[in-house]
Amino acid sequence: MSVLDVRDVSVSYGSLSIIESISFSVEEYEWVMIVGPNGSGKSTTIHAITRGAPYTGTVCFEGRDISTYTSTDLAKQIGVLMQDHMVGYSFTVEEVVRLGRYAYSKGLFSAFSDEDEEKVRYALELTGMYAARDQSVLTLSGGELQRTFLAQLFAQDPKLLVLDEPTNHLDLVYQKQIFELIRDWIMRTGRCVISVVHDLSLAKYYGTRVLLLHKGKVVALGSPHEVLTKEYLNDIYMMDVYGWMNVMLSQWKD
Amino acid sequence: MKHKKEGFGAPAYLFFILVTGITCVLCVCIGSVTIPIADTLLVIWNTIWNLPIPEGIAHSIIVSVRIPRAICVALVGASLALCGAAMQGLLRNPLADGSTLGVSSGAALGACIAITFGITIPWLPRGGAMFMAILFAFISLILVLSLAYNIDFSLSTNTIILIGVIFTMFMNSIIALVITFAGEKIRHIMFWTLGSLSGTNYTDAMLLTVSLVICGAILLSHARELNAFAIGEQNARHVGVNVGRIKIIIMVCVSILIGVSVSIGGTIAFVGLVIPHMTRMIVGPNHKRLLVTSLFFGAVFLMLADLVSRILLSPLELPIGVVTSFVGSIVFVYIFTKARRVQ
Repeated sequence: MSVLDVRDVSVSYGSLSIIESISFSVEEYEWVMIVGPNGSGKSTTIHAITRGAPYTGTVCFEGRDISTYTSTDLAKQIGVLMQDHMVGYSFTVEEVVRLGRYAYSKGLFSAFSDEDEEKVRYALELTGMYAARDQSVLTLSGGELQRTFLAQLFAQDPKLLVLDEPTNHLDLVYQKQIFELIRDWIMRTGRCVISVVHDLSLAKYYGTRVLLLHKGKVVALGSPHEVLTKEYLNDIYMMDVYGWMNVMLSQWKD
Repeated sequence: MKHKKEGFGAPAYLFFILVTGITCVLCVCIGSVTIPIADTLLVIWNTIWNLPIPEGIAHSIIVSVRIPRAICVALVGASLALCGAAMQGLLRNPLADGSTLGVSSGAALGACIAITFGITIPWLPRGGAMFMAILFAFISLILVLSLAYNIDFSLSTNTIILIGVIFTMFMNSIIALVITFAGEKIRHIMFWTLGSLSGTNYTDAMLLTVSLVICGAILLSHARELNAFAIGEQNARHVGVNVGRIKIIIMVCVSILIGVSVSIGGTIAFVGLVIPHMTRMIVGPNHKRLLVTSLFFGAVFLMLADLVSRILLSPLELPIGVVTSFVGSIVFVYIFTKARRVQ
């Protein structure tokens, strides 16, 4: 049984169709990359499978329709990392990360269990934010803020991670750091990731499967080698993608 | 790793209760006739235990005028400050508050309609006005927020303030319209638009206590959810907060607290804005601390404001709303310029 099973999912706003009957599944230990030009429906697909947008079709998590999950039960299974965060007040890094344990809290005033404390500390250490745990999130750089929310996600410890362009405006160092952290995370028992990426090289290098979208429809789904081919890419991006990539790479020869 | 406590321990609560108690006694002592603290305490003590009161002390001023007034002022202050803190967390906006969003004006309109057209509840004095105030507070909140979400989903400061200002003006124009129908009840209505807690009695105190205990407990038990909202609504949903349900719960509690407060004390502006903001500077943004502290500071602040309103032009008395608006407007400008600079 797949971890996530998306069948014929469509989203439309009024008469405007954003995505049309998208189907794919995600297995354990997989990293599915959703790629495609701007406006191809990547983010909308992600919103639909995290209950962030009204959709038609079915999305099942471990065989059960996600609309039947309670908010907390779903949060224990699916975690989301967005590209932008707009924290309103000067919460500390640790306060933000502790919120990741919300779905596991019990009782009216919800005391933290030893397991909660351990998970929070582990997440802070894993992302290298432990030393900065008492710092206000308003003073963090973009990369540190993103790592803080990644730590929150690790503390939440879901089975499926959904990432919406997680390293969009991060510099190279942070980009690599975050992708490596996520890849290590997949290797823990039965975890999997879906992410939207713009950088085709990242999709090719880290992805185990690639979902190529264009104008709201699935063009191809398969291994990076099968999907990120000259034919598909040149057709969809309407330019010589391979040629361009080679020109870029040739700048880096010693 | 040792467990980190996010809330307060017993010493902090003791401190809050002590400060609130001292302020309360001060408010009872000082006034057009100043009564020595020892006499005041003696009267309070003897009244509680039903002991005879010594001759020569202005017993009736203390027991039937000043004590109920001080209690009502404290409870209204606590209610409004708690509402402000909850709204500011929910909307992730430091300028949100019953008065800036127009919710207080909405509640005042409800109360005015009830009085003008004689809507009453048989066995509850002032029940009609109170019920209508709560109802109108809730409707106002829904209207203002759905308008704000429609215009600007991220609920930026500018959008909220603009909509709040426009909604307040709209409500006030309807209040003015209703007043023309009020006839001889007009004097009774005018006090809602200014805000005053003179002439409050023990029934008022009782009603305020009940609403604050129930709604306050519900709001305090949602501190974690308010933290989640303050960090970001999307993020709150992703960590498992039932965003829709929590929003409704908090809005209902806020509406009840504002409705009850307004139907007893009128629109007392800016308490819910100033207190949570100052409190946040002292204890930080975590609602486990912020809500409780705002509650006590709100009580203390409004008691002091009431004291100033009584003694500044003694024996004349200013409406309390004038004092809070004076302080509040200055703080509002300060927060607004600071928030703009951050953006």
